[in-house]
Amino acid sequence: MKNKIKVLRAEYELTQEQLAEKVDVSRQTINAIEKGKFDPSLPLAFKISKLFKMSIEDIFQNE
Amino acid sequence: MKEKKEPRAKLERKNILNLAFWTGAWVITMAISTYGSIYIWESNALLSVLAISLNFVVGIGMIFSNIRHLNSLDELQRKIQLEAMGIALGLAVVGGLAYSSLDQTNIIGYNAEISHLVILIGISYMAAILIGNSRYR
Repeated sequence: MKNKIKVLRAEYELTQEQLAEKVDVSRQTINAIEKGKFDPSLPLAFKISKLFKMSIEDIFQNE
Repeated sequence: MKEKKEPRAKLERKNILNLAFWTGAWVITMAISTYGSIYIWESNALLSVLAISLNFVVGIGMIFSNIRHLNSLDELQRKIQLEAMGIALGLAVVGGLAYSSLDQTNIIGYNAEISHLVILIGISYMAAILIGNSRYR
């Protein structure tokens, strides 16, 4: 699954560590999601979309 | 009043230390129950039963500590753990029974011990954790 987390993180000036802390996961998880190696659960996707004030579909796109 | 949530990293560290404590205690009580009857109390049945019981109780503590540790992990870390446990359990069943068959058919010249199986589980679990972590790095 493709996603815009890296771009949004840059817009909000957040490091992976800071984003991880805000959505209560490890930095490794944010990194794996950004690289498309791991697809987040629905609750985590909701947390991320809420943080960036966007819909899940706008952040995550099915390849 | 809303309870303040502990930071993830701090909670994880605390649970890892807790698990290390229980695992260490279990290993020590295992060593005492195994070698105590040989070197310390010389086949006193009551002391052996007490030592084995203590080892069992500490082992239960270790299991609960491991559950608490797993529950404190995030979803990716749990996935890595689940895959590693699946590999370790699968290898334990498949490898353990094959090893036992080798012993029963006298193809190997020594007895298949349970400790060999524990070593196989430990090594395969650690290798799978390392591979899992490197895959999602």
